Parts: sequence; C-alpha cells; structure tokens
Amino acid sequence: MENATTKIKTTYREALKQGLREALQNDERVFLMGEDVGRYGGAFAVSKGLLQEFGEERIMDTPLSEAGFVGAGIGAAIAGMRPIVEVMTVNFSLLAFDQIVNNAATLLHMSGGQVHVPVVIRIGCGIGRQLAAQHSHSWEPFYAHVPGLIVLSAGTHEDARNMLHAALQSPDPVILFEYTFLLNMEKEIPAEATPVTITKAKVRREGKDISIITYGAAVYKCLEAATELAKIGIEAEVVDLRVLRPIDETTFLASVSKTHRALIVEEAWRSVSISAEVSARIMEKVFYDLDAPVQRLCGAEVPIPYANHLEEAAIPQVNDIVNTVKKMIHHD
Amino acid sequence: MIEFKMPSLGADMEDGTLIEWKKKPGDTVKRGDIIAEVETQKGLIEIEIFDEGIIDKFLIQEGTKVPVGAVMALLQPSGVSLETKKEKEPAPLQPTEEKTIKSTPISTAETRKIKVSPLARRIAEENHINLESVAGTGPDGAITKENVDHEIAKIEKIEPEKINAPAVAIRSAIAAAMSKSNSEIPHYYLEKKIDFTKALAWLQEANSQRSIKKRLLPVVLLIKATARSLSDFPDLNAIWENGLQQKKDINIGFVVSLTTGGIIVPAIHHTNLKSVDEIMETLNDIIPRARAFKLRSSELTDSTITLTSVGENGADVVYGIIYPPQVAIVGFGTISEQPFAEKGMLGIRSVVKATLAGDHRATDGLIGSRFLAAINNYLQNPDSL
Repeated sequence: MENATTKIKTTYREALKQGLREALQNDERVFLMGEDVGRYGGAFAVSKGLLQEFGEERIMDTPLSEAGFVGAGIGAAIAGMRPIVEVMTVNFSLLAFDQIVNNAATLLHMSGGQVHVPVVIRIGCGIGRQLAAQHSHSWEPFYAHVPGLIVLSAGTHEDARNMLHAALQSPDPVILFEYTFLLNMEKEIPAEATPVTITKAKVRREGKDISIITYGAAVYKCLEAATELAKIGIEAEVVDLRVLRPIDETTFLASVSKTHRALIVEEAWRSVSISAEVSARIMEKVFYDLDAPVQRLCGAEVPIPYANHLEEAAIPQVNDIVNTVKKMIHHD
Repeated sequence: MIEFKMPSLGADMEDGTLIEWKKKPGDTVKRGDIIAEVETQKGLIEIEIFDEGIIDKFLIQEGTKVPVGAVMALLQPSGVSLETKKEKEPAPLQPTEEKTIKSTPISTAETRKIKVSPLARRIAEENHINLESVAGTGPDGAITKENVDHEIAKIEKIEPEKINAPAVAIRSAIAAAMSKSNSEIPHYYLEKKIDFTKALAWLQEANSQRSIKKRLLPVVLLIKATARSLSDFPDLNAIWENGLQQKKDINIGFVVSLTTGGIIVPAIHHTNLKSVDEIMETLNDIIPRARAFKLRSSELTDSTITLTSVGENGADVVYGIIYPPQVAIVGFGTISEQPFAEKGMLGIRSVVKATLAGDHRATDGLIGSRFLAAINNYLQNPDSL
C-alpha cells in the first residue's frame, strides 16, 4: 500500500512512455509500430529509448503509409498478436480510416463473432504548438460514430499512464486518443500503475451547482475553471467522459440529475459532435431534472489556424468556461 | 344585462374562491336560488342570487379567487325577448367583458405562455404550486428550481394554518372584527337578572305535547323574547354607518360555537315573525350547517343584531362585543337556580342573567335598560310568545 500512495511528478509524455514500457514488459505479444517510433524515438518522443530496450522486432519503424501499417496491425491482431499502432496525428489517421472502419470495426460482426481484432491504435490529437490545420484537429467524433470500435480519450496523466494496459485487455479494436498539447505538462500521479476502466466516465471534481462534461485536452481546463468558480461560490462538478464509444451515459446523467445544469466542453467542432450526443442524451433521459438549457462550448468551426492567438481563440479556454458557467447560474 | 358579483359576506371579507357553479348558462334563476358555492374565511358558502333572469354566461372559472365585487356572471333579465337579446348582445356586452377580464387577470392567464425549466415545472407539479404566481429569474425570465423552491418555502411558512384552515381563518376573521369593534365602538354594558321559572314550566308543558324531535329548548324563548323586544326598541335593531340606520327586518344573529374553535353567527331571518316552533326548526337547520361551514350567503350577512347564549353549566353572565356595524349584542348566561327575593320573600328560582352591550354612539343606557326590562316582561308571560 505504501507504493500505491507514493506519487511522482511526471509529464504526460513520460506517463505515456511508462504505460508503453510496461505493456511491452508484461506481454510478449505486444509490439509497437508506427512512423519514426524507433530510431527517431517517436514524432513526439514518446517512445524514445524503447528501441534500445526492446529491440527491432518489438519497436518497428514503418513506411509513411498509414493504410499499410494500420492494416498490418489489424492483420497481426487477427493472427494473435497484441499490436500497438501509433498514428502521428489524427489528420493522418484518415488515410487509415478505411482499414479501421471497414476492417477493424466490422470483422467481429461479419465473422459471426469468430474473428476478434485486438489492436490498439494510438492517435495524437488536438492542437499542439502551432502545428496548423493539417496536424491539429480534434476528430474524436469521427471515430466515436463507428460501432465496433472502442474509443478512448486520455485527458489526464492518470489515463495516459494506465489506459493502454486496459485497452490491451480488450478483445476488440481500441482507438486511444492522446493529446499533443498535454505532452509537456507535469502532474503528480501514483508512481505505480493503477488500474483504470475503459467503460466508465469519471467525476474528476465533485460539485453541486453545475455539471461540466468534457474530455480530452479540455479536462484540465475545466478543472481549472472549476477552481476559479469555487472562489465565487459556484461548485462545479467536472465529468471526464474518457470513453467516447460506447459512451458511459450513466455517469453524466447522474451528475446532471444532481446539479440540474449542464455545460459540455470539447475542442472538436460543434456540429455533429460528442457534445451534441451528450446533450441529446440529457434531453432524452433527464429532461425533467434540468433547470436551465444545456449549453455547449466547442471548437470554432474553422480549420485550426496557425497563428498562436487564433489557435487559442479557436478552442474553448478557461475564461470562456468560467464566463459561461457564471452566465448560466447568475443569468447576468 | 344583469351583473352577478362576488358578494361581501361580512365586513372582513376581501375575496372568495369560486368552488362550483350550481347553475349553468341558459338556466332560469329566481331570487333566492343558490347559484354558486364560494370558499371564504368562514368556510364553504352557498351563494344566493337576488335577481331573476336567464344565466347568459359565466365569467369566472371554478377554482378562481376573485375580489368582492368582481363580476362573476352575466344574466339576461327575465322579460327581455330573445330578439332584443340578439340585437343588443354583441355591442354592449364587449365593454363589460373587457372590464371583467381586466379585473380578474387570473382567468386569462392560461393563454399566457410562461417559461419554466423542466425541473421547476416538475417540482411545481409535485408540490401543487401555481406557476402563474411565481416570478422567474432564470434565462429570459424563465422560472427555475430556485424560484419554485422559494415559493414552496413561502407556502410552508403558512402551512400550519392550512392544516386546520377553516378554524384558523375564522380565528383571524374574529380577531379582525373584534379588534375593530373594541377600538371603534364605545360600548356600554347593562345587566338584568331574570326569573326564568315560569318560562321553564311553560317549556315543560309545551314539550310534553311535542315529539322528541320537535321539543323546544330554553334558548328559543330567549330568542323570541329578544325579537319581540326589538320590535319595541328598533334603535337596537340597526347598524351604525354614518349614523344610526334602523333595519326593517329583525334578523337575530345566533352565535354558534364551533367544535374546532371559533364562532360563526348565522342569521335567523325574520325572527320576530317566526313562532317558537319555527325558530326551533331554524336552529335545528342552521346550527349543524354552520358547524359544517355550509351556510348560505344571506345567513352570513343579514344579521341585524347578535345574540349569544352560554347554555347549560356555563358562565353566569356573558358581556358581548358588538359585531360591527351592528349596534348591540344581547347575552344570556347559564340558567341556574338562585336565591331570589321577591315581594319580601326569599325563594329559589331558575334565574338567567341577560346582558346588553350597546353602541353608545347609537343608543343610550336608558333604551338598553328598557329593552332588557321588556325581555324580562315577555319571559314572565311565555304564553304571549
């Protein structure tokens, strides 16, 4: 128990790497493949040093062909391996979208339950540091739309460290979104691996006045906003969805039933988004618990701009969240 | 068109809630018909109509609270032919209707759209809160949970009253009337010891010839004697409103104590014209109705003087407080055997002490004194009653 409570300060990047190392250590069927994951140490240096530790057979550099190497990962999974496929950014994942949606997601169904595809596809997501429109998008909703996939969003260091392990236990394909923006951020987490589910959302902060429902890189922003709001007496509850498919509605519906107000915050575009889905389920299931219209703060519906100030303006920031909550509660 | 208005059922009544229409449009009504039941501080009252005609339309919906004087229904006077009715109806009716609607905004409110959060609406329904009366402070003035909770808290503060609503309402009505009386009316008090022996003997004789149901109570004689005396001293059968105004009819208001506490005072109409048997019948009718809060409007409003009788095994004397705008209240204590001196002899007699509280603005002690003496005289000659 001593170990479990020992905390270390670590970056999001380091948390991801520890998760990877441990996965490689624990199961010989696990291997990592992707663009520059080996010799270069990963486009974002997440897998730096792993090639030296685990060798070329388990840390595989691939050609710049997302359809090819994601497809190879799916094949390896069918053949009994536990491949971890890294896709540098979600923008490039569209080149593998056909493999993911038409093969990984469908085979269990098309084989009458005979063929499982236990592949984990790690995808860098969201804005980074001025990486512009072709490296910066938040396309979690694309994948959350597809039956047959399990879609995870690691919005905290805890999940960056531990979600991979849980994902590798799944017999079915998992898309694991990691956030470029968080890589250098330091947080305290338990030194040892702690088990997390990949079926439930999580209340990251409890409160009674409003439910802020969010995921991904917006989780910390919402927590910071909640801290600000507490100073003026508003107790916001922050729900981290974590699992975008199949979405865990029980947790956020219970939260909204308690607080009677909901604000959904995401960096993805507003139209046809995760927030749209969450909002719809609130209306369907807990309408009579609502004391105010559900509100959403989403990414501006533009390609993510290059300029720093425009990049910031394109997604919800802490101030936006604070102001929106104040408006919802005080109506001013 | 005749307007039927919410009647005033006492000086302290400000409004009433229409519980039920007892007639429907198209019905012919005549004077004295019960047209509606109205909930007041004094309970559920059957409201009589004093006009004749055909009910044209109801302007107030059942369940609506309206102030005294609000037009509740329109009547076509009898004798107006259908043709004239048709010609006249559209034009002159409009203003009346408009005015009515303005004075009772509640009845038009259902067409107004109010914004309520789903949660607030649910809580309101569960707690029977009328959302019309709640002010919204949410987005766009929407009613929120907070607003409804506030309204519930407000009602819960009054809730203890609601548990025994009529009793408490009556208590406050009594409090208002009696405080007004004591602060405005300069009372004088007179007391007369009356030998009730002959009257009791007369009653015993009279009752021996009556079925149990029709037997007379002593109070009937007290009421009858008072009514007769009022004919002799009409200044006491009056109200004080910008001076003394004698009342033509003698309608004695008889104080009925309620089991839940409080009193209610129904009128015995034309007491002086009723025989003792008729007075007894009236008492047998109105006392249970008064206790069930089922009086008619005229019974609540028509009293011209009040009579209070302590009854058996009670206090010997009662000094009343006048019910405004009346100018007198007569009190009778318990009838009991007392040593009684008469013509130099001492005997034991059944005695009742009669009191009069009079409004000194309206009458003086001389009249009151003669009035009590008259009651005594009548009671000494029960045959004459």
